[in-house]
Amino acid sequence: MNDIWTGLTSAFWLIVTADADLIEIALRSLQVSVSALLIAACVALPFGTWLAVRRFRFRRATIATMNALMGLPPVVVGLIVYMLLSRSGPFGVFGLLFTPTAMIIAQVIIITPLIASITHQAMRELWAEYHDLLISLNTSRSQRIRTLLWDGRRALLTATLAGFGRAIGEVGAIMIVGGNIDHATRVLTTAIALETGKGDFALALGLGFVLIALALLVNYLTHVLSRTEREGRW
Amino acid sequence: MTAPMTISLTDAKVVRRGKTILDVGAFTLDGAGLSIVLGPNGSGKTTLLKVLHGVARLSEGTLDWSVPEDAARRAQAYVFQSPVMLRRNVRQNLAYPLQLLKRPKAEVAVKVADWAARIGLADALDRPAPRLSGGEKQKLALGRALIRQPQVLFLDEPCANLDGRSTREIEALLREAHASGTRIIMSTHDLGQARRLATDVLFLLNGRIHEHGAAKEIFAAPKHAETRAFFQGDIVE
Repeated sequence: MNDIWTGLTSAFWLIVTADADLIEIALRSLQVSVSALLIAACVALPFGTWLAVRRFRFRRATIATMNALMGLPPVVVGLIVYMLLSRSGPFGVFGLLFTPTAMIIAQVIIITPLIASITHQAMRELWAEYHDLLISLNTSRSQRIRTLLWDGRRALLTATLAGFGRAIGEVGAIMIVGGNIDHATRVLTTAIALETGKGDFALALGLGFVLIALALLVNYLTHVLSRTEREGRW
Repeated sequence: MTAPMTISLTDAKVVRRGKTILDVGAFTLDGAGLSIVLGPNGSGKTTLLKVLHGVARLSEGTLDWSVPEDAARRAQAYVFQSPVMLRRNVRQNLAYPLQLLKRPKAEVAVKVADWAARIGLADALDRPAPRLSGGEKQKLALGRALIRQPQVLFLDEPCANLDGRSTREIEALLREAHASGTRIIMSTHDLGQARRLATDVLFLLNGRIHEHGAAKEIFAAPKHAETRAFFQGDIVE
């Protein structure tokens, strides 16, 4: 109980005094997670919607694989990305290991199936509702996908926020490919792991509270800006 | 408007899970009438409309349009028994078919305002369509179908579960569309509505067109006992 209280106090002072290290780490966390989220969303939202409207031979297997990939162990993703980006790996020439870019790549791999799967579920229901109308109106496949993406944007927001939640809270993969280097690749989650390892639970808790506050703030701001709860909306 | 489009079925059969749902042989939809499809539940009314519209696949036989397929599909509209509302407001629902055709924004705005007034939803343009009443939804679905000025309009029991006032308003819209040259084919269970609107009647039974003829003749003197029984309100299977 004492540690929690000390953690809260630490978090309070870190924020009130605008601690330079905290701001740097928090901003890097946001930069990595939001970048990964944007890239993943660009792939996962159209792909999940396409899967909902398209019938093809290995569709079921594709959906099952996508759903299974939601549970990808981040540490394994980190290990694979590490091997791919290490000097002896196929992409070692780019020198990306232990950079924020490597962390973004790992996070994209982790959250893309999650966003695509939630998108697919939501779009499948919407497609069932719209199917007859859109077929009757002789819409092209791209018109159908665009219509579903637009009309299902609230559900897609949920999918995207779920991806953000997973990305901002991820630690295993980015620890491996980022290396938790001070002023270079340290983010909130890896900093928490480090401080816990050092036995500084108060600071670790303080960082944890900042991380939770950051995640809540992003979710809240997204809902406010997209006016999901506005009267007369869906 | 160009020459009326003709839709023809030849040896048309629809089989689903081993059961023949529709077996109409040859049938042609042409002219400028208002055809009413009658028949008991499961007689194939909806399937016939969907086959003619080109959204349900034939198991056997062919469907032919007198114009190229793309033009034929653009020249048709379909109103479903349960109206499908896009999760948008009334204005955007009405605009949607025109936007698909990439019509200029100014033209879309004018047509939307015109049709909203015609269907009595001018004051509800900014209301979410899924929150309209059943009658309003059906009128919106009809307006959205007619806004493209289709040559052929299919309606699947458009007044099912609607009250008398909504039914009257929809019938007025249908008469107006028919008068302006739209070929209409619609299914209904309402014999009174069939008598009020039909120029010709198709009576379907067990997936077959049991009787087809001019409305006045078929209502006055149906040729088959089943048709007569159906018109008298008996249960026909």
